[in-house]
Amino acid sequence: MEVKTTVVPVSQKKPMTYEKQKRLLGVVFSLPALILLFTFLILPVILAFVYSFMNYNMLNPDGKVFTGLDNYIRLFQDSIFLTSLKNTLYFTILVVPIQCSVALGLALLVNKKVKVAGIGRVFFFSPVVTSMVVVAILWTFLYNVDSGIINNALNFFGIENQPFLLSADQAMNSIIFMSVWQAAGFQMMIFLAGLKDVPEELYEAAEMDGANVWQKFKHVTLPSISHVTGFVLIITTIQAFRLFIQPFVMTNGGPSDSTKTLVFMLYENGFQFRDVGYSSAIAVVFFVIVLVSSFILKKVLKQ
Amino acid sequence: MSYQTKEKMKKVFLSIVILVLGFLFIAPLLWMIIASIKPETMIFKDMGFSAFFPKEVTFDNYMAILFSERVNFFHYMWNSILTVSLTVLFGLFVNSLCAYALVKLKFPFSNFILLVIIALYVVPFESMLIPLYIVVNSLGWINEYPALIVPFIASAFNIFLFRQFFMGFPKELEEAAMLDGASPWQTFWRVVVPNSKPVFATAAILTFVSQWSDFMWPLIVATDKKIQTVQVGIQYLFADRTIEYGQIMAALTLTTIPVILIFIFFQRYYVQGITSSGVKG
Repeated sequence: MEVKTTVVPVSQKKPMTYEKQKRLLGVVFSLPALILLFTFLILPVILAFVYSFMNYNMLNPDGKVFTGLDNYIRLFQDSIFLTSLKNTLYFTILVVPIQCSVALGLALLVNKKVKVAGIGRVFFFSPVVTSMVVVAILWTFLYNVDSGIINNALNFFGIENQPFLLSADQAMNSIIFMSVWQAAGFQMMIFLAGLKDVPEELYEAAEMDGANVWQKFKHVTLPSISHVTGFVLIITTIQAFRLFIQPFVMTNGGPSDSTKTLVFMLYENGFQFRDVGYSSAIAVVFFVIVLVSSFILKKVLKQ
Repeated sequence: MSYQTKEKMKKVFLSIVILVLGFLFIAPLLWMIIASIKPETMIFKDMGFSAFFPKEVTFDNYMAILFSERVNFFHYMWNSILTVSLTVLFGLFVNSLCAYALVKLKFPFSNFILLVIIALYVVPFESMLIPLYIVVNSLGWINEYPALIVPFIASAFNIFLFRQFFMGFPKELEEAAMLDGASPWQTFWRVVVPNSKPVFATAAILTFVSQWSDFMWPLIVATDKKIQTVQVGIQYLFADRTIEYGQIMAALTLTTIPVILIFIFFQRYYVQGITSSGVKG
């Protein structure tokens, strides 16, 4: 076998410096992730904007045409959209303060030096371990008007059976209650980490000044964990805007659209009516709402 | 009353409050697990506290959903375990390598790329759902396994997590390796990775839990039973009104078990993951 020996002498070949090699490898190493991020994140985001200005139905993919702001104009005249927007805002405005206060309360409880604090932490956190689909199915049984255990407990206290998910007045509130139960443990953990960092001396100093429990909470605890509180408020708000699984599994958006949300409507238009253009317009409005409200929240919390 | 007894009373009171509230938080899950090991006829007969004390224990519900031809819940479990594990494994590799390159092997625009990645983290998944579906569809992946894996390998959040860790990685260790003539790849693979176990564990657990619980995406790309995951599987079981309640409860319990196991065995990293995402703000 002939062995090729026409290798360029080492001295003539320009040796690649270590720094250059490093830079080249940097590009190579980051490329897989960057290609994936571009294909499955950046490209879809750009496409969402583009499609939102188009008349584009998946059932007729060749009939794509640019229609300017038509989708957006249609959106703000669509009463179902306005209802969905109202429902999403209602859910967010109620769930965020309730869930964050419950989480903070639980964190304060299990931060106390009592033997059962560890058990409490595990119990309060346990619903977080359960996926939202599981929780939603489970609570549909618990909320059942005839055989649900919650109505059974209410009967025990002399309250008559409530329709919960079957009533347009109660459905959203029932979902709120369940959502708080499911997720409060998550925020509790974040608050707990914040509370651990509050220096003990601050409490001692406050006690010396004769502060009571409420004053200690207001003047020591709250200011010391303000950055944690801000973060928790923002992530809870973003999470709340994304409400979808609960109405999808429990009420299918009803009764009479009372639990229809923005994401629900986005899903419905995209995958049931196959209306890509209209659904993309909802996606863009949803994106802007989430972005703007977390931005406003950040500004407000800074003060 | 002396100071000590007063303190003690306070502690007893606090403990009672924690235990009562704790019971309220865990009661629905207890009810789910207990209902899953009860005979069907007893589930809605036992009410009040007796609902939590089964008079008769049976595993028929589990047998029925796991091994019956009709439900075959094991199939959904397997699909979830397969797709989630592959997403985690590929993700750890790709994201850590990318973060390492961006932090340690600086190249033109690497800082700018990092900024873009961090900014991408704020995009809610739902707002790109339809275009992502169209991209995946044009790759011919609808109802194929890659649809559940490939789009979720690269993660802006995980790259950010790795970046935070690698920035604090001791320079001396890397320099020693380089003086020994190790290439950047060898330095990464033999020095950085073995010494970064906590961040790998945190990223793996967070990815596992969020992928395992994901519902919306599998709902739209897995319309065929072939690749359906547990979350979609239980939704179909639930919507199919002919399935017995006890069997649904068994399915719900099975769906939850993997995450419970992770929580029990990796509690430290799990909680660290939650709180580390919290400190950055």
